[in-house]
Amino acid sequence: MAGAKLNFSLVSPERELFSGLVDQVDAPGSEGDFGVLAGHAPFMTALKEGPVRVHNDGRVTTYEVRGGFADVTPEGLTILAEHAQEAA
Amino acid sequence: MASVKEMRNRIAAVKSTQKITKAMQMVAAAKLRRAQNAAQDSRPYAQRMAAVIANLAAGVSGDGAPKLLVGTGSDQRHLVLVATSDRGLAGGFNSSIVRAARQRIDQLLSEGKDVKIITVGRKARDQLRRLHASRTVDSFEVGGNPSLAVAETVSARVRELFEAGEVDVVTLFFSQFKSVVTQTPTARQLIPAEVADGSAPLDLKGASYEYEPDEGAILNELLPRNITTQIFSAMLENQAGFFAAQMTAMDNATRNAGDMIANLTLQMNRARQAQITKELIEIISGAEAI
Repeated sequence: MAGAKLNFSLVSPERELFSGLVDQVDAPGSEGDFGVLAGHAPFMTALKEGPVRVHNDGRVTTYEVRGGFADVTPEGLTILAEHAQEAA
Repeated sequence: MASVKEMRNRIAAVKSTQKITKAMQMVAAAKLRRAQNAAQDSRPYAQRMAAVIANLAAGVSGDGAPKLLVGTGSDQRHLVLVATSDRGLAGGFNSSIVRAARQRIDQLLSEGKDVKIITVGRKARDQLRRLHASRTVDSFEVGGNPSLAVAETVSARVRELFEAGEVDVVTLFFSQFKSVVTQTPTARQLIPAEVADGSAPLDLKGASYEYEPDEGAILNELLPRNITTQIFSAMLENQAGFFAAQMTAMDNATRNAGDMIANLTLQMNRARQAQITKELIEIISGAEAI
């Protein structure tokens, strides 16, 4: 899986905040924070309030997320967030 | 025939009306663009949400399934949620939503079902008040641009009624924004949740889905949110459709005013010429008499 990228999208009811290929995403699961790389096992969890960190090409973008779900499928990771905004 | 002065006043009045309709048309066009973008931006969320629910719904069945998903097993008590805009002056936009809802209400009543109504948007409330005031349990206003907060309030009220066991089936009426010229009144069933058909279960390539905390808990959190999302997206579709309808209506009004001005100007000129001719005749016959 080295070099493989994860297809990630972050959507809130108002708009799609991010969609594209990334290296890694860290998210605050209701049962504990977790990281997702490409090829992660199918997995679904509720999210608690906290930061979602998107790692890509050595750069990290952080989004503040409140209330939502993360859905990992073989196609990639989707985060449905009630409220989400890019952290300053 | 009206005097020249009267007609001149009339033309001035129509002209100022035309200015207003023209301005409203341009404002609607500008707002339409924003509303259209908002509606489009909200679609990915609604689609993913539907996909996730379809995926989960395939997994749960039987007695353990949440009521929001499978319903109460009865379809005696209906809640009709009618979403329109707050404002008018948009042709038949609001009326066509209300008409579709009213047809459904009449049909349900003739089948002997109980019907409750919640309206979202002032126009729905105003238009349903005359016939169905006693059935309207609550009214909400959109209040400017559709906001998630309003959708959440409506959604909470709907769930409250459902959980109190007062309704079995919830249907939402709104207008789907197809294009600038077409907005279709649409009915969408919220409870029991309509699961998208034909979505094949995801191919997990041998792996099994893992849930945290667990399937039921996730579904229980997801379904109420889905109702909010559906209401929110209906409000956004309405907003886009409303401005499109208003733009078309105001465009027609502007054109009608133009036609009217042309007609009145013609009449006025005729009247003025008739008057000039009359005066000339009077002068000439006066001169001849001397």
